[in-house]
Amino acid sequence: MEKIKVVHYINNFFAGIGGEEKADIPPEIRPGTVGPGMALQAALGDEYEVVATAICGDSYFGENLEKATDELIEMIRKYDPAVFVAGPAFNAGRYGVACGTIARAVEEKLGIPVVTGMYLENPGADMFKKDIHIILTGDSAADMRKSMPKLAALAKKMVKGEEILSPAEEGYIERGIRVNYFAEERGSARAVEMLLKKMAGEPFVTEYPMPKFDRVAPNPAVKDMKHAKVAVVTSGGIVPQGNPDRIESSSATKYGVYSVEGMERMSKDDFMTIHGGYDRAFVLENPNLVVPLDALRELEKAGEIGEVANYFITTTGTGTSIGNAKRFGESFSKKLLDDGISAVILTST
Amino acid sequence: MKLELGKIKIRDVQFGSETRVEDHVLYINSEEIVKKVLGDERIISAKVELARPGESVRIAPVKDVLEPRVKVSGSGGMFPGFVNKVQEVGSGRTHALVGATVITCGRIVGFQEGVIDMSGPAAKYTPFSETYNVCVVIEPKEGLETHDYEAAGREAGLKIAAYVGEAGRNVEPDEVVVYETKPLLEQIKEYPDLPKVGYIHMLQSQGLLHDTYYYGVDAKQFIPTIMYPTEIMDGAIISGNCVAPCDKVTTYHHQNNPVIVDLYKRHGKDLNFVGVILTNENVFLADKERSSDMVAKLAEYMGLDGVLITEEGYGNPDTDLMMNCKKVSQKGVKVVLITDEFPGRDGKSQSLADAVEEADALVSCGQGNLIIEFPPMEKIIGTLDFIETMIGGYEGSLRPDGSIEAELQIIIASTIANGFNRLAARGY
Amino acid sequence: MVHVCTVVPISLTIGANRIVPATGIPYPLGNPTLGEEGSYKVRMKLVKKALAALQTEVDGQTVFE
Repeated sequence: MEKIKVVHYINNFFAGIGGEEKADIPPEIRPGTVGPGMALQAALGDEYEVVATAICGDSYFGENLEKATDELIEMIRKYDPAVFVAGPAFNAGRYGVACGTIARAVEEKLGIPVVTGMYLENPGADMFKKDIHIILTGDSAADMRKSMPKLAALAKKMVKGEEILSPAEEGYIERGIRVNYFAEERGSARAVEMLLKKMAGEPFVTEYPMPKFDRVAPNPAVKDMKHAKVAVVTSGGIVPQGNPDRIESSSATKYGVYSVEGMERMSKDDFMTIHGGYDRAFVLENPNLVVPLDALRELEKAGEIGEVANYFITTTGTGTSIGNAKRFGESFSKKLLDDGISAVILTST
Repeated sequence: MKLELGKIKIRDVQFGSETRVEDHVLYINSEEIVKKVLGDERIISAKVELARPGESVRIAPVKDVLEPRVKVSGSGGMFPGFVNKVQEVGSGRTHALVGATVITCGRIVGFQEGVIDMSGPAAKYTPFSETYNVCVVIEPKEGLETHDYEAAGREAGLKIAAYVGEAGRNVEPDEVVVYETKPLLEQIKEYPDLPKVGYIHMLQSQGLLHDTYYYGVDAKQFIPTIMYPTEIMDGAIISGNCVAPCDKVTTYHHQNNPVIVDLYKRHGKDLNFVGVILTNENVFLADKERSSDMVAKLAEYMGLDGVLITEEGYGNPDTDLMMNCKKVSQKGVKVVLITDEFPGRDGKSQSLADAVEEADALVSCGQGNLIIEFPPMEKIIGTLDFIETMIGGYEGSLRPDGSIEAELQIIIASTIANGFNRLAARGY
Repeated sequence: MVHVCTVVPISLTIGANRIVPATGIPYPLGNPTLGEEGSYKVRMKLVKKALAALQTEVDGQTVFE
């Protein structure tokens, strides 16, 4: 029976090609196992074969991120693997970033499952844990004997399409992905139990540690408002009547850009709101309550602002994930800049 | 205040010539129900359909779910301020038809109505796939204003739940459970060595389809107050069919509030359940500040050692939840929060819109953005016409064969944020 | 960018730098209970405040009350 093909990625150091002085070697691939690949093969067992080992120097990878990734992908593709294993990188920072980068690229471009391994404080762990499974390892290669079997076990489950269990059960670094399950007790009973522990000063584990949110440095002030082009962006769900782009009432996956050219105000005949998170009655009657076009036009005429952009940008805020909101923002900010808009009023309901 | 809750177990529902309970079977006279519903001129047609566990039935768009209950003795009547005049409830004896519900459905008012499947893979996410449901499908008068339509639907549900509940008045319950909380000072004296625990119950109060009523008054109009837990079991709080379907606290869930039930289970053993602090989730920042200040003050005034806090809805109510948590914690009271999560379909984003460091003890009721498959069902009670515009639905959600792909949040009470279900989310 | 919103705490949590408190969730810019004209006045005041915020240097999260 044909064996399941595995490609392994390691750096020059683990490949036995010198130390730091050789960290600038470009990508290469060798048939069969190299260095820690032996341990990987042993842990995978007879059903699997490590058909090739891709190797790159950490400095080279770091300095030629895209080029190295592209070259490695092509090399790996030729071996047609069913699963890809990188590292483990332990606490080697550049190696960790290289493992994460190539593993994510293999998953995306070759569409096969990938596994790597790192120490929790490896900078690569934070960078890639949301995207790929990273087995939690010790901080040095002394942990190889213990960690490689975990990488192999997870890789095998992925190939077989078996359910990947929780981080504690599989040994990977928590990815921050919220997954549903049915608990033994209902939520209220668990909460009573947690409260009793908290009141007694006993240890307890919250089911959702408080999230962290990104911070950005403030932009400098707008210097010359009398010549500035001002746009309105809103999460209030204002759309043209009939909602042509079918933006969702909650948990939006898209935004819309709609013209206000030649309009003196937002008319209820032209616009509505599809936001599912508030009583829409007032805004359906007067959409200027969310997109204040009437006031902006008056200020435009008075010369208080240079110009009102001839469109507004809109989505539904309620339940919309930060991930989607960030994607929207990155996408329409470019348009705003290209259109010479220097001031944005973002309104929320 | 002491309430005896007599539980009459219902094991089937059938149409019959008279609405009655016999040998654990609920018989329904549908003509009488239709007549009662049509007594409201805002509704032009009504139909009664039955849905049982395991049947190939989909109910949509669901507005409210109610448990038929009747007050057998003690002051007041079911649903004071609506079906009965305003008079204190929560003491004496009440009978409940456990395992039966009344479900109101019909054309949507907003986007917030939801789906119930009685069988198949989506059924396990809603408690109402396991109950015997009397579905009242209503149709409003042409051109009826949305607030009026919502009120008509809400009142129909209350009226019919009280009517069906009457069938249990003279039936011997299978089980009688006694719930009692005494006036504060007496209650504290009764179990002086047990920690004093309260429940901060946040009611959704944000306008059309986001309202809740306390003895008939819209929750946005009251200031936080104290209640005996048993008042809630007698229908002192009813749903205005709130927010997204998944975390809608239906009237059924008020009657069967799981936090109250589970606190009573440990009452006198591990804790002393001294009362409920009722508060709202309003649309003005000043209201949010004022209400959370009052909640913290009441928690301190009652001398609480610990509280559970539940919310209804997501987004801006997360701020009310966090304000309550922070301010109550600052009074030295230990806090555990119960809520659901909305981290996006990939589960990778932040689950809450707001956060404070005091929120270090939280119980999850699951994440509502997960995509779920709904196979076609043989029978639809109501209509699937609005699936794609309901919360959790999107363009392409409804397929020509009647199957649906949608976010979990389209299912009624699937991630209800008071801990009624076993569904939870964890970090992977 | 200036964020005009009712629930200032959320805006602070998610990291907006210039924040102008709005009237209320169902009518952020304006106040329909004051009639059409009164509501417009409220809206104009908020828009002007937003423009002023945009023209003010800030070195961290700032709420323009």
